[in-house]
Amino acid sequence: MKLAARGLAKRFAGGEVEALADVSVELAEGEFVSIVGPSGCGKSTLLAILAGLLEPSAGEVLLDGAAPAGGLLGAIGYMPQRDLLMEWRTTLANATLGLELAGVGRGAARERALAEVGRFGLAGFEGRRPSALSGGMRQRAALLRTFLAGRDVLLLDEPFGALDALTREAMREWLLGVWEADRKTILLVTHDVEEAVFLSDRVYVMSGRPGRVRTEVTVALPRPRTLELTATPAFAQLKERLLAPLREEARAALGSA
Amino acid sequence: MSTNGTRLALALGGRLEPRPRAGLRRHDVARRAVPPLIVGVALLALWQGYVAVSGVRESIFPSPLEVGRALVRDRSLLLSSAWTTLSEILLGYGVAIVVGIALAVAVSSSRLVERAIYPWLVVSQMIPIPALAPVVVLWTGFDIRPKLIVIALVTFFPIAVNTIDGLRATDSELVGLLRTLGAGRWEILRIARLPGALPYVFSGLRVAAAFAVIGAVFAEWAGSTSGLGYLVLTYNAQTLTADVFAVIVVLAVIGVALFAAVGVIERLAVPWWRVDE
Repeated sequence: MKLAARGLAKRFAGGEVEALADVSVELAEGEFVSIVGPSGCGKSTLLAILAGLLEPSAGEVLLDGAAPAGGLLGAIGYMPQRDLLMEWRTTLANATLGLELAGVGRGAARERALAEVGRFGLAGFEGRRPSALSGGMRQRAALLRTFLAGRDVLLLDEPFGALDALTREAMREWLLGVWEADRKTILLVTHDVEEAVFLSDRVYVMSGRPGRVRTEVTVALPRPRTLELTATPAFAQLKERLLAPLREEARAALGSA
Repeated sequence: MSTNGTRLALALGGRLEPRPRAGLRRHDVARRAVPPLIVGVALLALWQGYVAVSGVRESIFPSPLEVGRALVRDRSLLLSSAWTTLSEILLGYGVAIVVGIALAVAVSSSRLVERAIYPWLVVSQMIPIPALAPVVVLWTGFDIRPKLIVIALVTFFPIAVNTIDGLRATDSELVGLLRTLGAGRWEILRIARLPGALPYVFSGLRVAAAFAVIGAVFAEWAGSTSGLGYLVLTYNAQTLTADVFAVIVVLAVIGVALFAAVGVIERLAVPWWRVDE
């Protein structure tokens, strides 16, 4: 397994709030896995733990079969929900941040970023400030920053959540293209079932707070995939398999409120 | 307390918000410059009219025209004194920038340092610094050092407080992202916190610019043999009131010029952020 999390639990506020309870997920090398769940199920907490930003209250995270020697922080690529592009840097300088912090020289970092701007749909905007970019471009710039940092495993936290529906669809197709070329190991968090099915090899469905893995669905749809796939019965069936437990969670949340 | 500096900067300098870059068109300049000019001319006319009608003595309340004559008459002394005072201001201001920003970085580096230092920063501003000026002169003599110290004392505070606010305002998620990219605390300071704090720093610099001139005058009053503050004392002792006003005009020009210079530097240093004047 490329990445394996075993029995992760997280409590906040001195143990009062239980965000995660016994979550185990596994990703094989080059696999695209998604996590869907109701809001407040601890998806973002899980990613923060995997990224090394939060210490789990219990459980362990293994990378290539072992706990990373220097800790998780810096070992795994992480893209938070917001693009967090810095306005005082050009788009290119934002994208090369990871290279810069890894000690790659300015010129070499620029070169490597410039080689990718076309694929990331940012050609012509290298020298512009983030405020000059559209929402989709900002997300692609943030993804380029994540990709260029060069980690094998990438955690993406609702990367397309803030985009309009059409842009979101186009971005999904584009992300698949990028992933199929590089075959990084990706763990994507989303609340959008269609997105999860379209992109993933496997999908974990999480329960409401405290978050745990409720079911796991394998998406045996052929690749490469295009948006036309979303109109097929097989796709609709998979969506339904994910939606059913999520609906139950939503009802349970309403009932207990 | 902590946002007082920013608020004052707003009062003095306009709105605090990022704006897209737009060229200043000629009619924009005119639209901005004409209303205050009209008010200024009207006030001068009122002043001139009052002096003419009331027959008040020149040594008590000189008319604008007499102040203008004094400006021309004293021009060489005013210029050399202005140079003295301006260099004191620039040096003291420079010291304040370095000390203010260094203190801000120290205070925002840890909770403990913040708790230990921050209250004393506030206390340092409760001391009436003009009252302290003669003592500083006693310690250091009549050279530039006491002026430097007094000016730095009155100007470092708004710079420090605003910079602290700016450093605190750093997006914690951005800090998290940088950590996952392998950044340590100094890299986070250099890449994210300091650049992000720059607009706040400039708010502090504007307020400090206004204080610097006041500080210079008090410092010179406490003990000096040259400079515009010294000139005010000399002219006042001889009831050359029009000449006193002439010095005040020069002091005001220095203050406004300093304020405007900060604005120009801000535009160059923080092009992604625009404060409307």
